[in-house]
Amino acid sequence: MNKLNYKNDYPLLEKHPDKLKAMTGRPIDDLTMEKVLSGDVKLADGRIHKDTLLMQAEIAQSAGDIQIAANLRRAAELTNVPDEFILQAYNTIRPYRSELEEILAVADTLEQEYEAAETAQFVREAGEILKNSKRLKGHR
Amino acid sequence: MKTTKRKQQYDQALVNQDVLSQEAPEIGLVALDGPNDPRPSIRIVDDQIVEMDGKTREEFDFIDEFIVKYGIDPAEAKRAMALDSAEIAKMLVDIHVSRRQLLKIASGLTPAKLVDVVSKMNVVEIMMAQMKMRARKAPANQAHVVNVLDNPVLLAADAAEAALRGFAELETTCSVARCAPLSALALMIGSQTGRPGVITQCSLEEATELKIGMKGFTSYAETVSVYGTESVMSDGDDTPWSKSFLASAYASRGMKMRFSSGSGSEVMMGYAEGMSMLYLEARCIWLVKAGGSQGTQNGSIDALPLSSSMPSGLRAVAAENLITSMLGLEVASGNDTHFSHSPARSMSKLLMQLLPGTDLVCSGYSSVPNCDNTFAGSTMDCDNYPDYYAVQRDMKVDGAIVPISDEDAIAIRLKAAKALQTLFYTLDFPEITDEEVEAAVYAYSSADMPKRNVAEDIKAGTHIMESDFNGFDVVKALHECGYEELAENMLLMLKQRVAGDYLHTSAIFDDDFHVVSAINDENDYAGPSTGYQISDSRWERLLRHMDCVSPDDYLSAANADYIPGIEECGPALPGTNSDEVIIAVSPTFGKEQTKTIVDLPHNIVLRELAAGIEEEGLTPRFIKCCNSSDLAVIASEGSKLSGSGISIGIQSKGTTVIHQKDLVPLDNLELFPQSPLYDKKIYRAIGKNAAKYAKGASPEPIPGMLDIKTRFYMLKSTILHNHETGKIENKKPIELKVAF
Repeated sequence: MNKLNYKNDYPLLEKHPDKLKAMTGRPIDDLTMEKVLSGDVKLADGRIHKDTLLMQAEIAQSAGDIQIAANLRRAAELTNVPDEFILQAYNTIRPYRSELEEILAVADTLEQEYEAAETAQFVREAGEILKNSKRLKGHR
Repeated sequence: MKTTKRKQQYDQALVNQDVLSQEAPEIGLVALDGPNDPRPSIRIVDDQIVEMDGKTREEFDFIDEFIVKYGIDPAEAKRAMALDSAEIAKMLVDIHVSRRQLLKIASGLTPAKLVDVVSKMNVVEIMMAQMKMRARKAPANQAHVVNVLDNPVLLAADAAEAALRGFAELETTCSVARCAPLSALALMIGSQTGRPGVITQCSLEEATELKIGMKGFTSYAETVSVYGTESVMSDGDDTPWSKSFLASAYASRGMKMRFSSGSGSEVMMGYAEGMSMLYLEARCIWLVKAGGSQGTQNGSIDALPLSSSMPSGLRAVAAENLITSMLGLEVASGNDTHFSHSPARSMSKLLMQLLPGTDLVCSGYSSVPNCDNTFAGSTMDCDNYPDYYAVQRDMKVDGAIVPISDEDAIAIRLKAAKALQTLFYTLDFPEITDEEVEAAVYAYSSADMPKRNVAEDIKAGTHIMESDFNGFDVVKALHECGYEELAENMLLMLKQRVAGDYLHTSAIFDDDFHVVSAINDENDYAGPSTGYQISDSRWERLLRHMDCVSPDDYLSAANADYIPGIEECGPALPGTNSDEVIIAVSPTFGKEQTKTIVDLPHNIVLRELAAGIEEEGLTPRFIKCCNSSDLAVIASEGSKLSGSGISIGIQSKGTTVIHQKDLVPLDNLELFPQSPLYDKKIYRAIGKNAAKYAKGASPEPIPGMLDIKTRFYMLKSTILHNHETGKIENKKPIELKVAF
């Protein structure tokens, strides 16, 4: 499939609504008022799908927004990660909070349990940085 | 020491209550050129940056390391860093060099080099460059919607009004953090009532903010702060990696987010390490870019009182916005902090972003009175709307908000407050009384609100946070209680989060929920008549509700007849009585116009002039000059016909002159040009003096009067005079008979 391009394919909701679905797999066009009223639509139906973020990453890349594209790819990986673990992972990589091992364990969980390889790598780097700048737990 | 009286006045000036500071470069209290600012440098080996701004890889702190790893493009850096800074500065203001070309160059510039480039520019050049480099073609604006009581009814009403005024983004925060869920909900209801497509945020501690966002009550975030030194970043409890992780987290939930930075924060927190505010901010901006955020709110933000106390401080603040745009990022420019007592100084600062336009001109225009602003007050608040609108109109510039009528404000505030009232009732949340709705609609500030049980609101908020309750439940409840349209709009907003189109640079929504971003509305400014243009319909919208007077307002219904007591009695002939003084009136005097510019009736004017003449024992005679509205001509005609050679000429608006027949028309004995200042007493005195001249005396001239406020009568004066001029007839002077 050709990569999406910002000139032809954006906004996705207007150009490619058929390709859009919620995290639950529900097509975006199925998010109708009738379905909401019948109680058929859950919180997760309002969540963005991994594939959508990857498509948006292609749009960003084509427009020259390299870093935004990278962020959207990491975000795509995080769609599978529960809110609580996201907040836990975030807190783990903040200064003076964790041992390196704890950070590496979070990275491993991200990689193995949630297939978030790029983010896991990013978290490992965060750990490295905390180690090198002496900002792991106990350094203060 | 004795001071001049002018100095005593000068000391009272509002601007003198601001704190201006001398530089203390050693601690970083300096806008530009800190003693420890590095010289720009780069060394690249095998496509790897091994040295940047005077530091080798081994000497990098984690900010350098992050910028080098994720930010600067080494291939471009080779070319771009070789360019002379002044050359790049010239390209920034050169309309023949496109934004895209400059984005490419900037992608290879180090923080020190970016600072070096903008340091070559004066504020006008910075503004020119800002106009070209802004990411989104159409400027937009963001408002603070807050109150010290966290009153949700008032928030909903204020949000609706702000949305109707055209703010594309609304942000709130809370005095009591646990009020946040209801505040976010109120903001969402209000915003979508005011204008569908407005996005909202609730500024809180990260975890809560993220959670409220995940529930679908807010649609963007901007609290992710970054700093320019490792120590401050660490004090802020983060590293570039943790902040970027948050950026991904927000995007993973379909929420737009921008970082927050701003010069001065590092020195404020004690670790500027002898580096200038702008250099440290340039590092922040690169960090924002490298972290994958689509934009940042910057321009000193909270630290504006500090940065603006520095020499060239506000220029540096404008420059940091420019650097942000050079890196292709969305700029919410920092007009969100009360930094000066002086309205003139505040507006001058704002103009640097308002005139060129930024993606969001104010990163928080206070839509409520500053006394109610829990963000500690903004540069402009709701009391300043008239100033802001006047600037838009005066300069034909789109500051991205529009005037509204009070009727419209009342209607939309009522609609939002009632929607929230009904929603709360349906959801079994704490009651909103009719009294509260009424108060919220007409309130100036939260002081006008009846007391509300905050503990109960907090309880409801806690329930929201601890249960599954989410945006879809709100949609359902709204629909079920009759707010179908509002429900549809909120559903559309939730769908946008599934689509993710608004995760891109500078994204906002128009009224129909079409996303407008730098992707599909890229700024293509390339000189005059290119880039963003104010359409005819937009211009009409910027002018509407501006309380303009119409020329007709100044003209009373056209009178065909003279006011009672005045009648024409044939051609005016030369007088022979040396005891007479002629009062010569203009074409519409006493007829089509009946009173002076300050509404003094013409018959009273004539009576007073005549009485003054009679007090001196002489006789007034009245003529009308038909062929000119020019006071000099009128008076000159009068003096030629006057037996004494003295006349008083008077225009309908009340401007008066005493003339003598041997003077050229433009000369006079006494002129009274300030018609708005003249009352009965003055006209009587004029009559008296004219009579004294007729008797050959040399009276003391009536003292000149001055009031600069008469300037504001210029429009009325112009209209009255044009009306009079339109009534000129090519006829000889007519004798008037006036009875009192």
